[in-house]
Amino acid sequence: MKISFPHMGYSYIAFKWLVENIGHECIVPPEPSKKTLDLGVRYAPEFACIPFKILLGTYLEVAEKGAEIIITSGGMGPCRAGYYWVMHQYLLEEIEKNVKVIAFEPPLCDLKDFWKKINWLRVSGGLSVKDFLEVIKIAWEKIKAIDDVEMYSHKIRPYEVNRGDTTRALWKALEMLDEANNIEEIQDAKHEGLKLLGNILQDKSRNPLKIGIIGEIYVVLEPAANYYIQIMLGEMGVETDRSIYLTSYTRKNTIINLEGSIFEVAKPYLKEAPIGGHGVNSIGETILYAKHGFDGVIQLAPFACIPEIVAKSILPSVSRDLNIPLLTLFIDEQTGKAGVQTRLEAFVDLLERRREVKSGKFERLIV
Amino acid sequence: MAKIGIPRTLAYFTYFPFWKTFFEETGHEVVVSPPTTRAIMDRGVKEAVNDACIPIKIYHGHVAYLAGKVDCIFCPRLVSVRRHGDFGTETFCPKFLGLPDMIRLSLDDLPDIIDTRVDLKKGKNELLNVYLEVGSRLGNSKGEISKAYKRALQVQRDYQKILCQGVSPPEAIDLVLGDGAGAGQPRMRGYDLKIAVVGYPYAIYDSYINSGLLNILEKENVQVLTQDMLSDKVLNRQARTLPKDMFWYFSNRAVYGALHYINQGEISGVIHVTAFACGPDAMVDRLLEIEIRRRSQLPYLSITIDEHTGEAGVRTRIEAFLDMINYRRERR
Repeated sequence: MKISFPHMGYSYIAFKWLVENIGHECIVPPEPSKKTLDLGVRYAPEFACIPFKILLGTYLEVAEKGAEIIITSGGMGPCRAGYYWVMHQYLLEEIEKNVKVIAFEPPLCDLKDFWKKINWLRVSGGLSVKDFLEVIKIAWEKIKAIDDVEMYSHKIRPYEVNRGDTTRALWKALEMLDEANNIEEIQDAKHEGLKLLGNILQDKSRNPLKIGIIGEIYVVLEPAANYYIQIMLGEMGVETDRSIYLTSYTRKNTIINLEGSIFEVAKPYLKEAPIGGHGVNSIGETILYAKHGFDGVIQLAPFACIPEIVAKSILPSVSRDLNIPLLTLFIDEQTGKAGVQTRLEAFVDLLERRREVKSGKFERLIV
Repeated sequence: MAKIGIPRTLAYFTYFPFWKTFFEETGHEVVVSPPTTRAIMDRGVKEAVNDACIPIKIYHGHVAYLAGKVDCIFCPRLVSVRRHGDFGTETFCPKFLGLPDMIRLSLDDLPDIIDTRVDLKKGKNELLNVYLEVGSRLGNSKGEISKAYKRALQVQRDYQKILCQGVSPPEAIDLVLGDGAGAGQPRMRGYDLKIAVVGYPYAIYDSYINSGLLNILEKENVQVLTQDMLSDKVLNRQARTLPKDMFWYFSNRAVYGALHYINQGEISGVIHVTAFACGPDAMVDRLLEIEIRRRSQLPYLSITIDEHTGEAGVRTRIEAFLDMINYRRERR
């Protein structure tokens, strides 16, 4: 079976390994490009959000390359993402592409269906239960390692002396992780990658601004959808912390850790949780970033994303109460890189000035 | 004894008879905002977050209108009203879930907001618990509340019955609450056509935001059938014909309603009324378009409303749609 899946940040490296080692052929989804988006926009409903359009474009591209099955996630609402796969299947049928979309609904909702699909995946790949579990474990380690390396790169980038060094080192590290085939190799590759990043020529005298990035999961995780915002900010000399990583549910060392407490944090502002997507998280995370002394917060969301609109209408109050500047970027197919960059530069200038006024010290990020 | 303000939009068209009866039986006064006007809409557009859809903006406008005129505003947090759908998790659009907080933080000088959480999928007696909470917040005794609750349920049941006879909600509200003097006279002549108009109640029945769509159709001698004229039982039969249910209450109703009328085979076309950038409708609209094409030969018209909708635009599209239907009938 030729299997593909949505492209979401660098996670494709791990998913590719997973599909191949279950015993299927993997059609690696290309990084979303102008072409992907154009394809998606052509066939998607006008008001569908940008992740829907990018995914549809990706599916059409992999269908062109011969993919027969697409594996994705389901959901139980109220965010539209839970209905994506149904709509994608309809649209693929309408344009007569012979692709089947298989969605994993949350196991707590429909355990039987979840098992059926998992089991089908295993049996059709010809693996024993033991091997299957082993493969999943290794893939999970891989995702964690990828996230670790990426997270570290965002810490290093604002200090890099030669612009682009960090991004190049990150690519090398990801390539090494791509080649790793068992847990030991993954650990080695990760340490090697972290060392590579750490050895970059850095100017430690800089004092970078700290910005937290919140918002809807897809546009936060997929650099191609958010115009490489973290790289852009990093090269302006800003340290960014992202609230969402695929593995963030399992780690405690990041600032934003456990889901349950985020809802509690957001409660003074939004008494209902969850409201779908990452709407409540956006509010809670802004509060946490403010409490941890971040200089500002950037909210990323697709145009017409319902939970983020609710968050956006509440966030100005949070921003005022906790005195933390907030920039909201709603992204759609009309958004251009230059527009995003201009707004980011203005926002960073504002934060810089604000810090100078506060501390009475004159500091420059990058000349 | 308090003055309770109820905005005339969103869930008003579905639950107003219940709310009004309940509050009046417990000895409070109900103040309803007037039908949407230009002033109310402009106020809402000014106060609400700019990315919100027009119904939410208008809700802000109605609340702003009521502020200062009442002691509290009834804005229940609608989370779920039944167990339904693939995982029994049917809910409302996220904007409904966050609505009380959105208005609380967007508008200044608001009176007390009664934002009781309505989550009926939890259990059978949940609705009574909800109103016990509402009543006790207003200082009513348990006895008073259960008496008013029973009476309100009865009125709501009557309301559903009237709706199922093909009366539109604004008229049915007048009828069931007793002051329906002019409403519901029988029509003298028959209709030429039947058309299903589906969409959210607050988009179909608010004649300001859709520029009098239903009146235009009535004048063109078209009988309008909406999803609200069908009982839950009839609607839910359509659930099995879809690969996966939507998880929004109002969306499910709109989709099932359209599919039911197509199945019945008496209508000549389907009109879907949707708000600009409505989240759930991005899915609903295309789903209806595809399903209607697969299941029938019927024409389908989707009308998008926003704060700039003008009467001429809506009228032109309706006229063109009807011309097309008539042309088809003549050719057959």
